[in-house]
Amino acid sequence: MQDSPKYWKGIEELENSPEFTKNAFSEFGDFLPMKEAHGSSDASVAPRRDFLKLMGFGIAAATLASCETPIRKAIPYLNKPEEVDPGIANFYASTYFNGSDYNSILVKTREGRPIKLEGNPESPITRGGLSARAQAAVLNLYDKGRLQHFTIKGNKADKDKVDQEIRAKLASATGRIAIVSPTIISPSTKKVIAEFAARYPNTEHVMYDANSQSALLRANGGVLPAYDFSKADIIVSLGADFLGTWISPVEYAPQYITNRKVSSEKKSMSRHYQFETMLTLTGSNADVRVPIKPSEMGSTTLALYNEIVGGGSGNASKEVKKVATELKAARGRSLVVSGSNDVAIQTLVAAINQSLGNVGASVDLTSPSLVRQGDDARLLRLVNDMNAGSVGAVIFYNANPAYDHPLAEKVKSGIAKVPVSISLNDRLDETGALCYYACPDHNFLESWNDFEPKRGYLSLSQPAISPLFATRQAQDSLLVWAGNPKSYYNYLRDSWRGVLTGDFQKAWDKAVHDGVAVGTLSPATQAQLAPAMSVDQAVSAVSSAPKVNGVELCLYEKVGIGSGSCEANNPWLQELPDPVTKATWGNYVAVPRDMAVTNKWEQNDVLRVSVNGAKPIELPVLIQPGQAKGTVSIAIGYGREKAGRVGDKVGANAYPLAVVRDNSLVYSNVVTLEKTDATSPIAQTQTHHTIMDRKSVVQEATLAQYIKNPKEVTEYETISTPDGPQKPNKVSLWQDYEYKNHHWGMAIDLNSCIGCGSCVIGCQVENNVAVVGKQEVINRREMHWLRIDRYYSSDAHKEDFEEKGKLSTYEAMEHPSENPSVIFQPMMCQHCNHAPCETVCPVLATTHSSEGLNQMTYNRCVGTRYCANNCPYKVRRFNWFSYYSNEKFEDVNSHMFTDLGRMVLNPDVTVRARGVMEKCSFCVQRIQLAKLEAKKEKRRPKDGEVVTACAQSCPTQAITFGDLRDPETRVAQIWRREDGERAFKVIDSINTQPNITYLTKIRNRDKSEFNA
Amino acid sequence: MQHVSPVREPLVTGGKTYHDVTQDICRQVEAKPNIRWMAALSVALFFLGVFLYSVYRTLWYGIGEWGLNKTVGWAWDITNFVWWVGIGHAGTLISAVLLLFRQKWRSSINRAAEAMTIFAVICAAMFPVLHMGRPWLAYWVFPLQNTFGSLWVNFNSPLLWDVFAISTYFTVSLVFWYTGLVPDFATIRDRAKGPIAKVAYSLLSFGWKGSAKHWSRYETVSLILAGVSTPLVLSVHTIVSMDFATSVVPGWHTTIFPPYFVAGAIFSGFAMVLTLMLITRVVFKLEDYITLEHIALMNKIMMVTGSIVGVAYITEFFIAWYSQVEFEQYAFINRATGPYWWAYWSMMTCNVISPQLVWIRRIRYSIPATFVLSIIVNIGMWFERFVIIVTSLHRDYLPSSWVMFSPSIIDIGIYVGTLGLFFTLFLLFAKFFPVVNMAEVKTILKYTVDNGPTYTGNHGHHDQAHQPATHGVPASAPVNYDKHE
Repeated sequence: MQDSPKYWKGIEELENSPEFTKNAFSEFGDFLPMKEAHGSSDASVAPRRDFLKLMGFGIAAATLASCETPIRKAIPYLNKPEEVDPGIANFYASTYFNGSDYNSILVKTREGRPIKLEGNPESPITRGGLSARAQAAVLNLYDKGRLQHFTIKGNKADKDKVDQEIRAKLASATGRIAIVSPTIISPSTKKVIAEFAARYPNTEHVMYDANSQSALLRANGGVLPAYDFSKADIIVSLGADFLGTWISPVEYAPQYITNRKVSSEKKSMSRHYQFETMLTLTGSNADVRVPIKPSEMGSTTLALYNEIVGGGSGNASKEVKKVATELKAARGRSLVVSGSNDVAIQTLVAAINQSLGNVGASVDLTSPSLVRQGDDARLLRLVNDMNAGSVGAVIFYNANPAYDHPLAEKVKSGIAKVPVSISLNDRLDETGALCYYACPDHNFLESWNDFEPKRGYLSLSQPAISPLFATRQAQDSLLVWAGNPKSYYNYLRDSWRGVLTGDFQKAWDKAVHDGVAVGTLSPATQAQLAPAMSVDQAVSAVSSAPKVNGVELCLYEKVGIGSGSCEANNPWLQELPDPVTKATWGNYVAVPRDMAVTNKWEQNDVLRVSVNGAKPIELPVLIQPGQAKGTVSIAIGYGREKAGRVGDKVGANAYPLAVVRDNSLVYSNVVTLEKTDATSPIAQTQTHHTIMDRKSVVQEATLAQYIKNPKEVTEYETISTPDGPQKPNKVSLWQDYEYKNHHWGMAIDLNSCIGCGSCVIGCQVENNVAVVGKQEVINRREMHWLRIDRYYSSDAHKEDFEEKGKLSTYEAMEHPSENPSVIFQPMMCQHCNHAPCETVCPVLATTHSSEGLNQMTYNRCVGTRYCANNCPYKVRRFNWFSYYSNEKFEDVNSHMFTDLGRMVLNPDVTVRARGVMEKCSFCVQRIQLAKLEAKKEKRRPKDGEVVTACAQSCPTQAITFGDLRDPETRVAQIWRREDGERAFKVIDSINTQPNITYLTKIRNRDKSEFNA
Repeated sequence: MQHVSPVREPLVTGGKTYHDVTQDICRQVEAKPNIRWMAALSVALFFLGVFLYSVYRTLWYGIGEWGLNKTVGWAWDITNFVWWVGIGHAGTLISAVLLLFRQKWRSSINRAAEAMTIFAVICAAMFPVLHMGRPWLAYWVFPLQNTFGSLWVNFNSPLLWDVFAISTYFTVSLVFWYTGLVPDFATIRDRAKGPIAKVAYSLLSFGWKGSAKHWSRYETVSLILAGVSTPLVLSVHTIVSMDFATSVVPGWHTTIFPPYFVAGAIFSGFAMVLTLMLITRVVFKLEDYITLEHIALMNKIMMVTGSIVGVAYITEFFIAWYSQVEFEQYAFINRATGPYWWAYWSMMTCNVISPQLVWIRRIRYSIPATFVLSIIVNIGMWFERFVIIVTSLHRDYLPSSWVMFSPSIIDIGIYVGTLGLFFTLFLLFAKFFPVVNMAEVKTILKYTVDNGPTYTGNHGHHDQAHQPATHGVPASAPVNYDKHE
């Protein structure tokens, strides 16, 4: 038998050498003897393969290292707080008071972050209204410019060490100890200060107001009378901007408007006379406005006094005589107020009101207002004492006299001479930076506090967030230094024990819940240092006042920026257009046209403004219609040096231009103006100021016309058809939408709108509207979804076409009158039913909803801007840049850049990307929320549940929003009631059929200057 | 009695033979680039660089780099767009309409005019894309089936019509132009010596052999494309005008726009053709092909369309007055006397007054005068679009939103940049493609024995150039015009 054939894999197997046997059992061959073959005596030289391996690994590792896993900072609650549900907002009642206007607020928080402030409807004082400044105040909480820890000489310091040192130093202080603050209306804070003063007996509490009302206090026995404008048929304001900045505008505006609203049931309204130098918000709303120089204020008041009390001396001007006659006819139903800080003038005004029997009616001295308690004389004394070296310690509590006082230079030198200087200010501002210690106070949204804005009316603030930084509430600091171990919260609670009746815990909970309570806790107000004046003294003081020659300067406060304290570093407020001039980001010299023409000044030319004894400031010219002849006006609150990255070096500081006269700050002066070669553009959001007689844009009529026939005050355009003239909406190529469920609509009463700008900020906060900064406003690219158009009347009218020719008439129409009538018109997306924007978008990014909304789909938008061009109302806003990531906007829009700032954003509203169009959405997120809430309860939303941010924030309820399908809603009622009377749609003739209707403005004067 | 037609002026002068035509045209393609071409190309490339930089700024930072604002949402971008589209029109008109009307004189200029169309449309197409806030999503304007759910485009929007109009126009123009190029590419291919040129031109000529069948198809396709293009001449600018005419902006909302825009487009197109032709003819020594007669004819067309445009300007004013619509009236008063009066009057001077000079024969036949005129018309037509867009937008319904517009450096950069892009493309075309349609020009050479076209020409006998060219095979039988006398 033969073996089966044997096959070899190769000759090596046949030979079966030892080497082959060895290799046959090892799967992997030997490594190539690379290193040996290319041997190197240097051991550090890596072989080629190792090198390649290392390189490969290195590249891979480097690549991997650069691909960082995105860090998600959303951390879930470990223990969910009982009240906090993700996605559901909580509201907490609180109070905003920064030393000027008082606002009772509701703080809207989302996941523990305050994101919006709204008016507290429970408050009997502000009645749900909220000023623009208060609207914007939520951003101050997230301000990077706040001091985030205690400091000694500007260096971070330990809290306990600071306390120790301060207590030791205060105890050993020689000379007086002064606590400097603006007006404090918190009874408990005052108690704390009193306790501090008890511990350090030499303590004096000095309150001063940057925009002082010292004279008014002096003339009224140390208190501010509480005014009620709703009880006055004739209102005379002598330079008091009571709707804009004077004392408590949010309180006064609804009072004022109560008696200004008209309807076919109530065809009466008050008449408002305004004597003032610069065109203020209040002057813009007046029926009759008389421009006078600051130096004429005294003589005008005296003439009025003489007409009313003295029986008339005969030399009064025509206007004053007319005003006096009307006032006398409305005894007990009138009101005279003055914004002057001259005690003689205020004494005369008080006497006029007394004589007219207004005290007890429109002027209430029994429950006076407490929101101004500053005493000019007391601060002046302190400044002198500091410089004299007789002050041992000074504590600045939210006070910044090194900036906001005419004697800032003396304040600075004074602080240097005080051995112990402590700042409780929230940042190292002009004053804080000079102090040795800085113990920053909490933001008001992190604090407990109480307030008594009016005697008998209490208000609370509660923290809506844990402190963001290592700060401490100022009251706690004072308590610690006074040696009281109690926390301020307990202190506050205890001090309320006397005032709340019944079960304290229950009453306290209710007070915290409501934010307001009734009762009084405040001690008697400190008497003014300077004495009051008798009427006779006042008469002789006014009549013997020296005559003033030269250009007179009037200093005023802006609606947005105020005295420039915490508002200065708030970009929302910096970009809020001034209601009258529509200027943002900075101040300017407002001059009357004839002065500019005589001196050959153009708008934006820089002037050097100098007064005796102060460093001149340079500001651009703004030609202001209505500015009294021979006068100029400059706003205070600008030119900050140490406010923060937003507010520093915006405009120029005008405080040094004020003077101290007779222990009072006087906000007028004689200035010399000198043109420089420079120009500096003013960032205005509106540069064309007249209405060009376009009646279909905005309409106005007189009260007499309205009383005669309400159906004739509004002009309706018609379209000629073969069947005769027709309403534009009867002639349409388009099919109408059918609204089966809801039809959202709005009514804006131009009679109630005072132009304050609160809605503008309310909208900006609610809808995450970007801030763009000065240059972009100059480029006309502000992003506000809601703006307030302001039109001045012109002397030229269409009636002149025949006589003067069309071209020259149109040219003349572009110029406002010397003392124009002013009309405000809030303007936002009109949510047209036949929207021009909807038809032109190539990608259907803007469409009509089944509820009448014109909705913008950001995701779908490619940014052709055709919709904006085709929008007759020009309300669409384009994202020209990436406002949340382009470094150009980092300073002004920082709340979209940093984690800290982004906490303020409304999580329900998208932050829009670069290149997309945006516009008013009628706050669709609020509509959806209200609908869902109603749906959960299986019912329809009720009127008042769906409120847009603008309607919510309006102090005068000029804006009404609701469902037009429901005949019972207020907005539906207004549409029905005013149809054919005051209701008109803007540029109705192009048949856009807006869902917003405006109500014609009615003025209580002889002749309308618009649409003459 | 009989009528004797006058002898036509030759369309090509200088007694060119078929071979001369091939030589003259191919010389540019085959020779080394000359210094003037190099210089021109470097200038064009510089401006192309400006374009690229400006586009980078726009894409990286956003439209905010431009001078636009909340009220004026379109300005230089759409002005340039309409201007470039308008310029393109002359090319289509020359190639399509004149082909249908058997205007033989078009043969020597149609190639360059068509190229101009295509490059102008390329430049124009930059703007609708660049002016978008998010140009990377530009494809959303196409009715694409997509994964985004039920999203669709808006057929009501004139911008969407634009998308169709411009893309159709571009495609048809490109095919038409390329069809005409094929026989000429074949000619160059057959003469090509370098390996790259050989491969490149054989690819470009699509295997053209010049057979009778090829020629027959060529003729048919040309005719069909001419038929397709002719309505496009009217439709494209009609649709572009609807961007404005269908809006509610006073000054835009005008029914006269379609014919007015078409006339304006032909007007500006001819001006641009003239500008380019006058340069090309000198640079490439094509005086015999692009003759004074061509120039005069184009001048006449310019004058006629310029007058139409002028009438349209006046009609707008009449209608504004006649309508008694306040906003409309103000829009036109503002146009002529408002802050942008200078733009309006520049437009009127350039577009209405200056073309009337063509009535004077000396100007019509003067090269420098024509050149200056063509530039003036181009400026005027740019201003026309600027006036329509910016002066209408800057003061519309609500006086509160009235603004002024001023361009940024990037606006200017993009505009001059597209000029750079255009001239870069045009110069490359002029160098590498035959600028005159050789095949068609050969069909219009003058038929005489003495000086007529021959197949071989008299090359190589340049020393005897003074002699009558009687060599070679005549292209046709001798014609004795006087024989019936």
